[in-house]
Amino acid sequence: MPEQKYFPEEEHKEFITLNLGPSHPATHGVFQNVLTMDGEFVVDTEQTIGYIHRAFEKLAERRPFYQITTLTDRMNYCSSPINNMGWHMTVEKLLGIEIPKEVEYKRIIIMELARIADHNICNSVIGVDSGALTGFVYMFQEREKIYEIFEEICGSRLTTNIGRVGGLERDFNEKAWTKIRTFLSEFPKVLKEFEKLLVRNRIFMDRTIGVGAISAERALNYGFTGPNLRAAGVDYDVRVMNPYSSYEDFDFDIPVGTHGDTYDRYMVRDQEMWQSLSIIQQALDKLQKMSPGVFHADAPSVYLPLKEEVYNNMEALIYHFKIVMGEVDAPVGEVYHCVEGGNGELGFYLVSDGGRTPYRLHFRRPCFVFYQAYPEMIRGRMLSDAILTMSSMNVIAGELDA
Amino acid sequence: MFKTDGQLTASIEQKLKDRFGDGLISSELLVDMPTFTVHQEFIISILKYLYDDDLLQFRFLTTLCGMHFIEPSEKLGVVYHLHSLKHNLRIRLKTYLPMDNPEIQSATSVFAAANWMERETYDFFGIIFRDHPNLKRILNEDDMTVFPMRKDFPLEDQTREDKNDSMFGR
Repeated sequence: MPEQKYFPEEEHKEFITLNLGPSHPATHGVFQNVLTMDGEFVVDTEQTIGYIHRAFEKLAERRPFYQITTLTDRMNYCSSPINNMGWHMTVEKLLGIEIPKEVEYKRIIIMELARIADHNICNSVIGVDSGALTGFVYMFQEREKIYEIFEEICGSRLTTNIGRVGGLERDFNEKAWTKIRTFLSEFPKVLKEFEKLLVRNRIFMDRTIGVGAISAERALNYGFTGPNLRAAGVDYDVRVMNPYSSYEDFDFDIPVGTHGDTYDRYMVRDQEMWQSLSIIQQALDKLQKMSPGVFHADAPSVYLPLKEEVYNNMEALIYHFKIVMGEVDAPVGEVYHCVEGGNGELGFYLVSDGGRTPYRLHFRRPCFVFYQAYPEMIRGRMLSDAILTMSSMNVIAGELDA
Repeated sequence: MFKTDGQLTASIEQKLKDRFGDGLISSELLVDMPTFTVHQEFIISILKYLYDDDLLQFRFLTTLCGMHFIEPSEKLGVVYHLHSLKHNLRIRLKTYLPMDNPEIQSATSVFAAANWMERETYDFFGIIFRDHPNLKRILNEDDMTVFPMRKDFPLEDQTREDKNDSMFGR
């Protein structure tokens, strides 16, 4: 254990208490850490969370299913489409709706774009925290392009509320397809450039290798999922273990690290972006052979009809009214569904008593589960390492506090 | 849909029955998840057994969350979702607690991940986890006196005067 080196017990020492956060430029969110410091080394930390707790689980108990999507947006707001899709799929599992392959592939395109956006932010922020601001600026331009695609598909950018229970709210338009293709051809160049800035950069490597490491065993015991777990060397990915939305039709690798340190987490996210690009390309190829224009399942009692139809078609009007007023009852039952979110297994435990709203909805937020390992990961290390560890874990305050 | 292994599930049920007898109250398959309802006194020994068993290896705690039931009789519940990465099998363990004494043994001795999950459950449902290293509120403020996820706690702030309920059909 490295910590014993810095504070031998025989010496009498007084520790400093340092209050990091709740609002601090280096924490990228509302977290408070009360650090006990020995000089510049961290002895221990006490985390305070909940500053932006918005009672999503309680709110969800009073909302019809389709209104809960907006709550999921605001959890991991760096990749809200994944949260949205995860929620739709949970409800579809409860209702037993079959989704056409075309829709599932389109959903995969959206989810993988969101994953790229999420990893993009996280990796460039690791750069920022280790003193390399340049890459961040370039990568944010690319994120902007992904948000433009979302804007084209659903009309909004950050909190997307994308898709509906039973499909997507509208088909991708021609502009969206063009933007996706342009992104696919242009992003690899930028990503390669970004890799050149950091991957073999001596300063970056010195700052990140061995920092904030966690063993695979401890990571599993702490309930790590996503890139953080894979960096520790466990090849657990929900997309492969429990494929949803037809991920089993795609061919991709799971990048894994070995030491579970900041550098490995960075590399795993970096490689995952390449995998996501390949998945999107595969989805585009597959969709070319399929019938165009399919964007929702044939489930009129739950899928919110198009506005044009509501105005011109009696049945659509009736269903619109029934769905909006929450008069479509869900079956009694309980389901757990999970998706591979930006930073791990995002789960929804939904208990329905047959009413218009969930009886109980529990979100398994990956951040909330793995952030508790933070004190163990930074003990005995320097304050600047602690900052870097936090940004490489990709803790998102919105998801942490629900 | 998760993979469900009927044979393996049956063997888990048999093992739990042999070992814990009345500790296992019921077992069923809910959609795609084998669900075992167990007696709360046995919960930690069952978790430990599932963790240590060489064949099963349920070594991943996916979630732990509270429940509050009003009907048919008022009670609290704790739900555990376990994942065996070896078999890629997910199971759910449920246990019920009485309202007047909602106490259960903490799972932190088996899973480090249970620490905050249990704090959250205590915070929102008032379920006391015995032998928890640091059982205090986590998301709500420390001096809160109620347990907000219980069904008898109203969603809206009852002290508000600027909102007329009759305008909202309530």
